[in-house]
Amino acid sequence: MLTIKDLKASVEEKQILNGLNFEVKPGEVHAIMGPNGSGKSTLASVLAGREEYEVTGGEVLFNGEDLLEMSPEDRARAGVFLAFQYPVEIPGVSNANFLKTAVNEVRKSKGLEALDSKQFLKLMQEKMKLVEMDKTMTQRSVNEGFSGGEKKRNEIFQMAMLEPSLAILDETDSGLDIDALRIVANGVNALRDGQRSFIVITHYQRLLDYIVPDFVHVLYKGRIVKSGTKELALELEEKGYDWIKEEVDATFNA
Amino acid sequence: MSTVQNSKNSRVTSELFQKWVNASPRVSAFGDVIKDAAQAFLSQGIPTTKHEEWKYTNVAKLATTEFAFSAINNTLKKDDVKEMKVTADAVIVVVENGIINKEASSMEALPKGIHIGSIHDLAENAEVKKHFLQHADYKTEPFVALNTATFSDAVCILADANVEMETPIQVMMVNTCIEYNDYVPVRILVVADKNASIQVVETFDSFSHTNNSIFVNAVSEVVLAENAKVNYVKLQDDPINTTHINYHRVAMVRDSYQHLTTLSLGGGIIRNNLNIRLGDVNGTAYLNGLTVARFNQLVDHHTVVDHAMPHCYSNELYKNIIDDNAQGVFNGKIFVRKDAQKTNAFQSNKNLLLSDDASMNAKPQLEIFADDVKCSHGATTGQLDDEALFYLRARGIGEHAARALLNHAFAADVIEGIAHEGIKEKMLDLLNEKLK
Repeated sequence: MLTIKDLKASVEEKQILNGLNFEVKPGEVHAIMGPNGSGKSTLASVLAGREEYEVTGGEVLFNGEDLLEMSPEDRARAGVFLAFQYPVEIPGVSNANFLKTAVNEVRKSKGLEALDSKQFLKLMQEKMKLVEMDKTMTQRSVNEGFSGGEKKRNEIFQMAMLEPSLAILDETDSGLDIDALRIVANGVNALRDGQRSFIVITHYQRLLDYIVPDFVHVLYKGRIVKSGTKELALELEEKGYDWIKEEVDATFNA
Repeated sequence: MSTVQNSKNSRVTSELFQKWVNASPRVSAFGDVIKDAAQAFLSQGIPTTKHEEWKYTNVAKLATTEFAFSAINNTLKKDDVKEMKVTADAVIVVVENGIINKEASSMEALPKGIHIGSIHDLAENAEVKKHFLQHADYKTEPFVALNTATFSDAVCILADANVEMETPIQVMMVNTCIEYNDYVPVRILVVADKNASIQVVETFDSFSHTNNSIFVNAVSEVVLAENAKVNYVKLQDDPINTTHINYHRVAMVRDSYQHLTTLSLGGGIIRNNLNIRLGDVNGTAYLNGLTVARFNQLVDHHTVVDHAMPHCYSNELYKNIIDDNAQGVFNGKIFVRKDAQKTNAFQSNKNLLLSDDASMNAKPQLEIFADDVKCSHGATTGQLDDEALFYLRARGIGEHAARALLNHAFAADVIEGIAHEGIKEKMLDLLNEKLK
């Protein structure tokens, strides 16, 4: 589904990703962990198409197509979804209106009829249950005045509405208390259907107790330096990142 | 065309305007005021950018353009103006090239106690006699003076005491002149007597899309008696070849309420002078304004809210979306006079610049002479939020649509303040069209 080959990217002239290789098959859940500044969020931003990130080498294929050539909206329409680490507040645009526009744009790109208000409302009510969303949240402006937990729930709600084939969760657990974390994780798990793939970027192992990954990768200095299964996450939780840093730095300095 | 300039060069007049103001008054019943206004215009002239109030808005070319009066007022039929109706049921007064076109108007089914007509028919009405030409200050406003000295027709809208009318009254100003550069003086008087409540909409449009210049010089006087309520919308969607100068004066007494929304969506140069006087206790005034300017348009909002007496409330919300090479000006003055204790006066001005060449001049001015008041003002100018734009695109919304959505979100609350649902919907539709 997603193939990343030797990806190099920089922001403000500073190279962050240094030849990253990575593959995601349908239905897989990959966790990407790593210390601060290792390039986790840069990877998410590059995959979603943030313009301030410059790709300086490598390629990213999504279902065989060059993802990097696509505009952010085309990536979303093709089925890539980024759950933002810091969801943006957009005063004056209601959540419902925003989502209706987005859902119908995505449907249009697939050659499907636009949903009318009634159909949309039905879909929304169904998906709201997944993340225990309050009806008033859909009537409010996008993320405006939402708590940290509400913003993250809103991200998962949007994901449920847009039904992407690949979802990238960028530190969705950051700033969440245990109840909010459970709600968000339940929402994600409900969307695991054996076909949809996930890249879960996180700093802490905690989230992975709830969203159990098939693979765990450690990102350090813009490369994946270690891959394993969920046990690797537990090891990291216990031992921290220093032993990996030392291992990697020793190899490169040798 | 030769022009006459005074020594400081802060004003110019053309021989043409001199000739017009010196001609005999077209509405003889008010001859004395009209002659006085003519003198006031001759001494003021057309302001240049050396004039403090006209610093950013250069209208000097009005003095060097060969304008003509159009006497045509009968080309439009009811069907021609159907599209421009603000609501299907609105009472319509069509003003074609500055003169009422009765045939195109729809004024048949007026509720009891509502009187609408031309100054030529209502000159003897007691309220008209009392208020017509009495409120807009021609001594200090050169274009009011010019208008007062040169108008040939005026729309009078009178609501008797205790009459409440929910159906909008729309004064539809339409230009149909195509042969020459047209000078269009427009005049409106609205009087709402005690406890009366009405909705008035002014619209400016044109059927004349030529290269000729149009100069619209509009003056509206709105008078509210005790506890009267007037909701007013000014929609300016003139073609790009128009210079539109609009003076709007509201005179308020105790317990009255006025809500005024100005939507400047078209035109070449638009200058709005809004002057609201809260002349007695417990008055409430809302002023909302929205500009969507592109190409090389210039839209200038000058507002004055004058708190003369205690316990009044005013709230001003102005938003400008400026694109391309367009320019926006906002100058908002609030006076709180010595007697106006317990005044609440608020002003907010937010501007969005969509291109590097767009510009905005914002100047809030508060002059407070009372000591027990609550006043605030704020002005911000910025660009579209890139983060928000990316967020919308990351959800599959195309860049163009995402921009339109954000611009609409920025502007919509100005229109959301319109009380009448039908008018509000129509204005939101128009805004959507403009932002597409």
